[in-house]
Amino acid sequence: MTAGERPRSAADVRKEVRNGARDTQATVEQALQRAFDVKAGMDGLNIFVSLDDALLREHARGAATQLADTEPGSLLGVPVAIKDNIASLHHPTTCGSRMLKGYISPYEATVVARLRAAGAVPFGKTNMDEFAMGSSTENSAYGPTLNPHQTDRTPGGSSGGSAAAVAAGIVPIALGSETGGSVRQPAAFCGVVGVKPTYGRVSRFGLVAFASSLDQVGVFGATVDDAARGLRVIAGHDPLDSTSADIPVPDYTLAGTHSVKGMVIGRPKEYFPESLDPRVRARCDAALAHLAALGAIVKDVSLPHTDLAVPVYYIVAPAEASSNLARFDGVRYGRRLPGDGLRGMYEATRTGGFGPEVTRRILLGTYVLSAGYYDAYYRKAQRVRTLIADDFGSVFGSGVDLLFTPTTPTPAFRLGAISDPYEMYMSDIFTVTANLAGVPAMSQPIGRVDGLPVGGQLIAPHFEEDRMFAAAYALERALGDEAHR
Amino acid sequence: MAVTIQDVQHIAALARLALPPERAEATVRELNTILGHMDVLARVDTEGVQEAIGIGARGLPVRSDSDGPVPLARALDAFAPSLRDGLLLVPRLSTHESTEEA
Repeated sequence: MTAGERPRSAADVRKEVRNGARDTQATVEQALQRAFDVKAGMDGLNIFVSLDDALLREHARGAATQLADTEPGSLLGVPVAIKDNIASLHHPTTCGSRMLKGYISPYEATVVARLRAAGAVPFGKTNMDEFAMGSSTENSAYGPTLNPHQTDRTPGGSSGGSAAAVAAGIVPIALGSETGGSVRQPAAFCGVVGVKPTYGRVSRFGLVAFASSLDQVGVFGATVDDAARGLRVIAGHDPLDSTSADIPVPDYTLAGTHSVKGMVIGRPKEYFPESLDPRVRARCDAALAHLAALGAIVKDVSLPHTDLAVPVYYIVAPAEASSNLARFDGVRYGRRLPGDGLRGMYEATRTGGFGPEVTRRILLGTYVLSAGYYDAYYRKAQRVRTLIADDFGSVFGSGVDLLFTPTTPTPAFRLGAISDPYEMYMSDIFTVTANLAGVPAMSQPIGRVDGLPVGGQLIAPHFEEDRMFAAAYALERALGDEAHR
Repeated sequence: MAVTIQDVQHIAALARLALPPERAEATVRELNTILGHMDVLARVDTEGVQEAIGIGARGLPVRSDSDGPVPLARALDAFAPSLRDGLLLVPRLSTHESTEEA
């Protein structure tokens, strides 16, 4: 995207559609034109794995007949890109995998239904690491997505396509999913806002399961307000997801009017190690200085079990994945490859359908759950996970309102630069903790290093997203153009 | 607790994955490298610490199944790999005499 160029905000799109200045068809046409202009297809940035122009135009005509409503979080006329692991009725849902090539879900995810009910137009399915396993979108069966800021760089992952769709100015809002940072890390790499809500805040009905104790649908926005509007629409209890919490959802856009004066913001020392890229550190310090100038109280704190989070995550998540992905066996849906008898069919289908990283994680998960190793790995990891969650409880219980950290240790790395699996896993080091503890967290742009975006992360106590948004709105206003240069 | 080739063959069978010999050898190396980074957990004192269950949510509530299944927007034959009379078809077990598709 050209420096300084910004996509139209969701609020502006809605306002224009409501007052009749434009209609939904025009907003969809503009997004399609933008996708064409930035070469979002497979021969370019490779952002979308399915984008059906004719279908989108048909849906836009249908949406245009809806009456303008009065919901404050409404997304009337707003095109919203959807990650390819979130079920939609008209586009394939393939999870970036050969296993589900061409698969069209027989039901719709609650989050997609809520978007449509709010007047939004689901705008294609975005590229991702296969079954959301990866941090660069390089594990997609469709090939990697390119970072719109510098095309030799990864957009991050696993929701790299959604982050890139927003960063490229095609849509103001996109849905992603988080298991260990798959919204926040690509948001940081692409210079957009990315929100992981509290575990239970958003329905997962229709989100293809990866690691069920960690998975959560998240939102990308070009601005804090875009993300707030998107989350406001999709959040809330859903009887179809027993883990979704029956807790009222505030209007997050009102958080923009709240002051951060007197708010205590913790700066956890474990997220600012000696090895942190000094340019990332400088951007974080500048952001904290802005918050302090607005009256927030910045306080050094400690989350002592942070360095154990990546080992814990890469036991718990693969263990759950090995169970969840057992359903892809060639019997009920997806691909079937012939083999010798039932077992041979299972093996042929799964071996041919899954890529290398998914296979690696299924094997790792099966190992840590297998007899003789369960206690040493899985049970131990679940206990250490409690210690990590208790760290957050202790800090938030001591009068700290929010935490501020870098989202990632470095800006976006080059495509193909990381071949060692564990080195790739370490790129999640500042994001996996929030998933393990179930707390909400978000990334927002706080500046650039050599032209590449740097993300700052806010972490809040359970179900305190509005507090997080209040600080994010304030920081975004204080940074102004500094956030993107 | 180094992972052996026998371990990898065993877990691959459990996971219904077929690994050719060269891939199995590579997997042994990869898993040992990854699990080597997990050894740090063994040194953490977790005496008396509960395992994380339903963390961040309100326990693990069970959804009532009284409402029945969610209606499908399209019929089974639109997405099932193999179907007859509304039933999903699978090949016979290879231990049976015939290995033809059922």
